[in-house]
Amino acid sequence: MPSLGSDMEAGTLVEWLVAPGDTVSRGDIVAVVETQKGAIEIETFEAGVVDRLVVEPGTEVPVGTVIAHIRGAGEPAAPEAPAPEAPEAKPKPKPKAPKPAAAKPAGPAPTRVRVSPVARRRAGQLGIDPETLAGTGPGGAVSLEDVERAAAAAPATAASATRAATPPDASAAMRRAIAAAMARSKREIPHYYLSTTIDLTQALDWLEAENRRLPVAGRLLYGALLVKATALALGEVPELNGFWRDDGFVPGPGIHVGAAIALRRGGLVAPAIHDTDGKDLGAVMQALRDLVQRARGGRLRASELSDPTVTVTSLGENGVEAVFPVIYPPQVAIVGFGSVVERPWSVDGRIESRRVITASLAADHRVSDGHRGALFLRALDRRLQDPETLA
Amino acid sequence: MTEDEIRTAVLAALTSVAPDLEGEAVDPAIAFRDQFDFDSMDLLNFAIALHDSLGVDIPEIDYPRVASLEGSIAYLSEKLSASGRS
Repeated sequence: MPSLGSDMEAGTLVEWLVAPGDTVSRGDIVAVVETQKGAIEIETFEAGVVDRLVVEPGTEVPVGTVIAHIRGAGEPAAPEAPAPEAPEAKPKPKPKAPKPAAAKPAGPAPTRVRVSPVARRRAGQLGIDPETLAGTGPGGAVSLEDVERAAAAAPATAASATRAATPPDASAAMRRAIAAAMARSKREIPHYYLSTTIDLTQALDWLEAENRRLPVAGRLLYGALLVKATALALGEVPELNGFWRDDGFVPGPGIHVGAAIALRRGGLVAPAIHDTDGKDLGAVMQALRDLVQRARGGRLRASELSDPTVTVTSLGENGVEAVFPVIYPPQVAIVGFGSVVERPWSVDGRIESRRVITASLAADHRVSDGHRGALFLRALDRRLQDPETLA
Repeated sequence: MTEDEIRTAVLAALTSVAPDLEGEAVDPAIAFRDQFDFDSMDLLNFAIALHDSLGVDIPEIDYPRVASLEGSIAYLSEKLSASGRS
């Protein structure tokens, strides 16, 4: 069970998307796990053949628990699989990389009934055991339709539940996760705060001109400019990008900006845009669009939640002028943006009406000092004055 | 297209942008931003969804006109009628 953040202690396996004998590549989505941050798709970091699924759907297990064995190409299949380990089993090291040899044929087909997550939830609401139903969904999985059909066939009962989308305690669980992370942050991280007002007129003029020529699906929001400029500025002040671990700073393996996304039913998530600094602006925008849509309506992937090396939060759409953000541990910095507002501004000795934004930085004083933080904000401003270079 | 068909397309675009709103009642006169906490990303996705389903290109400057169900229907009726499709 992978950790999706320092505040996660356990996760409930909702559904396996692979079966023993399936071949998987690194990055393939293999399971769905219910966490305090909602249903998350888990990717595999090993390539090979699924040997054994250790944890049954519906089981909550602590972070670090082995949930499946993946056999590398050529690695011999495990002997006859023993009964599934108890969910409380201690984490075990992953099998060592195999020596190259001829690949074994796929293992036996699974006999367990597959149930889609939405069908499982609906079945729970209706008091039906979904594993007793005949599945007509993909791969014989029990689908929502199967559950509804079974419910209709059963004697009428007053099923009061009509909202199938989210378990009732999901937002309370997310609130607890945010509470734990933020309390730890304020308890442990000596924050320092800096802010500056940046003239965004030139960047917005450029963006509007771009959007007039771009097809609707390619249009850009200024949030993408802010995220890209932040990533490039972090490249100049790398001690703001990474983690505080074991009493020391560990630089991020790349600049993976976490974009804070508010959820409509409350709470927030901040999934990563991997290698933000190396993406062109269109790709950053597409990544943002995709993350916002999946965060609010669908599913995020485990790596998106576990990989951010820094966070950007923008509250400008709500009319907030400046943000004083709280660092998400173990990260060491967070960048906030307020609203774009028109203000009288001095340009070459003349007062003009310009569109400006307040950028703020909260950073971990154990890792950096105000001087370096100031250099970051200066670099951010400089990048935003030259929008073509962000494209 | 009839007004009802446009309404159906607008509601489909809304739920494609925000599947979490499926089944929610929509007040036609209130802006999506005020009603459903839509932000600029949702509005952009909404414009893209309408473009995909109706073939109407909504320029950025017209986004305020499609900010509510009522506004969207009026705006799209006008655009479709101007293009001879309504």
